[in-house]
Amino acid sequence: MNAIATTQAISPETDPVDPAVPKTRKQGGGLGRYILVRFVLIFPTVFILVTMVFFLMRITGDPITASLGGKLPPAQLAQRIHEAGYDRPVIVQYLEYLGHIATGNFGNTITDGRPVTTILTTYGGATLELAFYALIVALIVGIPLGMLAAYFRDKYPDAILRIFAILWYATPVFFVGLLLKLVFSVWLDILPVAGRAGTRTELELQSLPHPTGIYLIDAISSGDPDAISDVLLHAVLPALALGFLTAGVFLRLVRTNVIGTLGTDYVDAARSRGVSEFRLVRKHAFKPALIPVITVIGLQVASLLGGAVLTETTFEWRGLGYELTQYLGARDFVAVQGIVALLAVIVAVTNFIVDIIAALIDPRVRY
Amino acid sequence: MTNVTTSRARSFVRGLPVIHQLRQSVGLQRGMLVTGLIIVAIFLLTAAFAPLIAPYGYAQLRDAHGYFGAQDPPGPKHLLGTTVGGYDVLSRVIWGSQTALLAIVIAVVLSIFIGVSLGVISGYLGGWLDRVLVVIADAVYAFPTLLLAIVAAIVISGGSSNLLGGVFAAGISITAVFIPQYFRVIRAEAVRIKSEAFVESAKVVGTSTIRIMFRHVFRNSTRSLPLIFTLNASESIFTLAALGFLGFGIEPTSAAEWGYDLNKSISDVTSGIWWTSIFPGAAIVLVVLGITLVGESLNDLSDPRLRTRRRAAGAASIADSAEPADISVQGGGPVDDEVAQFDELEGRA
Repeated sequence: MNAIATTQAISPETDPVDPAVPKTRKQGGGLGRYILVRFVLIFPTVFILVTMVFFLMRITGDPITASLGGKLPPAQLAQRIHEAGYDRPVIVQYLEYLGHIATGNFGNTITDGRPVTTILTTYGGATLELAFYALIVALIVGIPLGMLAAYFRDKYPDAILRIFAILWYATPVFFVGLLLKLVFSVWLDILPVAGRAGTRTELELQSLPHPTGIYLIDAISSGDPDAISDVLLHAVLPALALGFLTAGVFLRLVRTNVIGTLGTDYVDAARSRGVSEFRLVRKHAFKPALIPVITVIGLQVASLLGGAVLTETTFEWRGLGYELTQYLGARDFVAVQGIVALLAVIVAVTNFIVDIIAALIDPRVRY
Repeated sequence: MTNVTTSRARSFVRGLPVIHQLRQSVGLQRGMLVTGLIIVAIFLLTAAFAPLIAPYGYAQLRDAHGYFGAQDPPGPKHLLGTTVGGYDVLSRVIWGSQTALLAIVIAVVLSIFIGVSLGVISGYLGGWLDRVLVVIADAVYAFPTLLLAIVAAIVISGGSSNLLGGVFAAGISITAVFIPQYFRVIRAEAVRIKSEAFVESAKVVGTSTIRIMFRHVFRNSTRSLPLIFTLNASESIFTLAALGFLGFGIEPTSAAEWGYDLNKSISDVTSGIWWTSIFPGAAIVLVVLGITLVGESLNDLSDPRLRTRRRAAGAASIADSAEPADISVQGGGPVDDEVAQFDELEGRA
């Protein structure tokens, strides 16, 4: 959701026009060293987040009372708390928790006793699939429109596009979802209302020998054209809802950066040689403007995951976000803590990958 | 002497964030800024006068003629229909503006206060404290806003809120998300400013560290605050609505909240009932739109590369050009401030 904030925060740092304000000192150091440093930096990030989430969740009391308090007699409740070890000093629990996480154990949910890691493997694919579709929608819609807006800078197509971008930004992703549902599923009745696939397809995909949990891949491997189209049709509205959110960010970012690049000397040089304005935007100004887009894709992963939680709830898309909402409703804080910690790890790792890609493209980024 | 004071007062008014930019804007940018300001004004008025404007209370289920009835379509009695729970949609939309405004105020005031002080201290003092704070802020910043808000909401309210305290829970959880953003921006400014000559000279004359921090560094690092303010105001509306949408909202009996109403309308949408979702949703869009338009214009106007200059805007604005175009906003403020600082220092010495 911090879409605009990220745009603002990142564009000056990586702005191709203004290399005078690098985020970090330029030093020798090869790519290998940079990758190593960035990799090592993942650990404090994850550590801080996990620690924060752990202690915040413990301030309110133990998770068993939260989910089962009032449903069980006090004696039984105390026994459950004792069995789970929640009556020990918090610092002991914390160290144990860190030990478990280090070995990939994120705990079991209280309400239905499933390991959190199982939830990840079962529903992670769904969230990944949704985020991937949304990213594609965002890139396809956002980048060309951003270039267009830069090309028509301050003329009416630019104004219209920018107002659209602001409108997209101003519309919460769940409201976009509800509107799309209302128009395309209820009034026009051309797309399914909710879910990841029809019941028949879902059963078919689950009966596959090795389902990946990513329905599109499963559907393709099943070879059933009906299943493929069913899965794709179900994905259209959620992907649009989540993708538009990010598309607006890309539009603004590309516009700002292309306009910035268009004012540089080398573009002026090209212009003086008679290169057409359209070609200038498409060839000369576009590529340098893409570097911040790549960085922002990384930052958008965090907001895409946040948006996915809301989109999944709107469309009953059974992914991590949908599960998270269900467990929130059940006050199952072990599950919540586990899923949140996992998402933190995913965000940290994605940021690492994006930083590496950015460094490969633009050597100035390295430190 | 009076001349000096009035000209100072005038330049102070001109230097105020929004007014300064409004005077500077032209054409489309001015249109955006004015539209945004109008929407924001309507929002503020609605929130202030909600009890007078709203036909019913936010938790009112019946009037003298009996119960309202659930999911009634818009009609003369209920201009925007009623919800599945039997509330009047129009009333809840209007009352919702109050909740939203309250959340913005709590969130922004708290996070500006904490984030800015931490940023100034961390940026100016540096050292290990600075490093630790930066690592923590970066870690928090990279984390999905909504998840952090959910965790904070659990901490503050235990996950449910049946009092108006729910607004505070939402406001404070939003604060947790915003502090790192203010911190980063202000810290960067503080680091830049602390090497400026006027800070050096303040040190030389023996000004105390705390005074330098809050008088010299802080006052010169607030330039970008109006922009972040608008960003975070719209984000706090989003976060409040998202929390409500996920079931962490405020109970309908304690306050009207747009996200909660949208959550209750998910199933309405499937059966073609549009009025319960469209109106609260449109309210969110409008308010965020207004705030964003203001923020967007302020951003463009403060960035010389993006600002439409008077001269470039053509003949339409020739009437305005009697007054010299202020080409560098960025330069204006701080230089004046520096001069003021020097005056003050000389007076002391």
